[in-house]
Amino acid sequence: MIVIGGGPAGLAAAIEANKAGLPAEDILILERDREAGGILNQCIHAGFGLHHFGEELTGPEYAARFLEEAKARNIPCLTNTMALSLSEDRTVTFVSPTEGLSRVSADAIVLAMGCRERTRGALNIAGTRPAGIFTAGTAQRLVNIDGYLPGRKVVILGSGDIGLIMARRLTLEGAKVLRVCELMPYSGGLPRNLAQCLDDFGIPLYLSHTVVSISGKERVEGVTVAEVDENRRPIPGTEEYVPCDTLLLSVGLLPENELTREAGIALDPVTGGAVVDETMQTSLPGIFACGNVLHVHDLVDYVTEEAGRAGRSAAQFVLNGLDGTTRKTIPVKAFSGVRYVMPQLVHTDAEAPLTLFFRVDNNYRNKVLTVSADGEPVYQIKKRILVPGQMENVVLRSDALNRMKNASSVSVSLSDPDGKEGSR
Amino acid sequence: MTTKELTCVVCPMGCQITISLDEDGTVLSVEGNTCKRGDTYARNELTDPRRTLTSTVVILGGTDKLLPVKTDAPIPKKDLLRAREALRELTVTAPVACGDVLCTDFLGLGVSIVSGKTVEAC
Repeated sequence: MIVIGGGPAGLAAAIEANKAGLPAEDILILERDREAGGILNQCIHAGFGLHHFGEELTGPEYAARFLEEAKARNIPCLTNTMALSLSEDRTVTFVSPTEGLSRVSADAIVLAMGCRERTRGALNIAGTRPAGIFTAGTAQRLVNIDGYLPGRKVVILGSGDIGLIMARRLTLEGAKVLRVCELMPYSGGLPRNLAQCLDDFGIPLYLSHTVVSISGKERVEGVTVAEVDENRRPIPGTEEYVPCDTLLLSVGLLPENELTREAGIALDPVTGGAVVDETMQTSLPGIFACGNVLHVHDLVDYVTEEAGRAGRSAAQFVLNGLDGTTRKTIPVKAFSGVRYVMPQLVHTDAEAPLTLFFRVDNNYRNKVLTVSADGEPVYQIKKRILVPGQMENVVLRSDALNRMKNASSVSVSLSDPDGKEGSR
Repeated sequence: MTTKELTCVVCPMGCQITISLDEDGTVLSVEGNTCKRGDTYARNELTDPRRTLTSTVVILGGTDKLLPVKTDAPIPKKDLLRAREALRELTVTAPVACGDVLCTDFLGLGVSIVSGKTVEAC
């Protein structure tokens, strides 16, 4: 089994595969960075592990638990190693300083490449192209790993969690964070991060605002901020020039699926990741996906759980030749208010309990979430608050699964308690 | 009676908590939290707000340039920036293990500074 990516997903997949009976010497983790642990290494703030370990850890501490376990189990990991291509027959081509250019075929592959940040290029912000524009994650790496302060007077565009965490981090490091602008009328970050990263330090959050232009020749000298209307278009006359030397972008994450696409694996246009069934298997038998390469998570604890499933499934595939393609699957689709559901396919004989993960497309209050099989509700639950920034899940027990068995499709949707669909 | 609204930061749920106080600031009720820790957090937040500080210190002779560190218990919120500045004086030498105590009773705050990562000597 080859695991591509040695972050939290790849480590958990490898460890769980080993626990499921796959010998350590039959596992290989490929990691691009000089050490495994992934993005956790630069996430030095606390807040990880409350679900999985029942205690609050920093990113490096959370990673250390898995690094130590992988080491104790003698699971091989090649660092400084880049996977260059993946073929349909599960052959991985990679390059590393110790192995050179290598080609290895595996019985099973776990895709755990994570995601990358959207950059300025994806936003079409007008203006010059000076130094001083960073994605929030790049700034995080500069500050926490390399020891550089990216700037002194900072405007942050986007209120995702990384942007909020960096607002606090840069403030602690002596920079002045002037404001955080958010295009949407709500923040995509966790409420606790709005409280402890912005409110604690008096950093203002401008909702329904965006950066329309960047000024400065060699270095950023300022940005022009404007309010946006309900169609997210800047409102003329609301422009305000904010002098600053740095613009941080925290405007979304994109699963990194170049290898997946090249191998011809079916992708979900909404998540940007592979289409998987509940065993985490992709459209190619023996290739599994988990973590942020599959869909962007807000909590690493859920990545660990998901990757564990992928690792155990991959181990079974290697040991028993379990081929999901001979079993019948039902498509699971998102409707009215639900943006996506993962897994996108469920086997008719899926084991209970089955967890469906989903995200909503807006802020909702007092809604009913319904899982239906061919239009017939098989499970309903009231949800008091639903926000796009928080991944939700529903757990289906055997009674619901039995009622889904003969359906041609399953849907997950939101409605009002009185039965009306989709209103906000 | 007055009320105060706050967001609980104990876990990712981020419960919106309402605290009711009488004229002399005695807590009458804490509502909106979904666990016991939220109640404790809300009461402390009124009188003695505290946060765990996480930051980095310079590490010499190691495979990394910086070592992530944290206070082993929350410190008063008002001391966060002062504590961060004081950490600049702290330099450690590799090897360091995750969980090693680097400094005790930091700034007289009664907390230790703990390493958040294992860094080997190089």
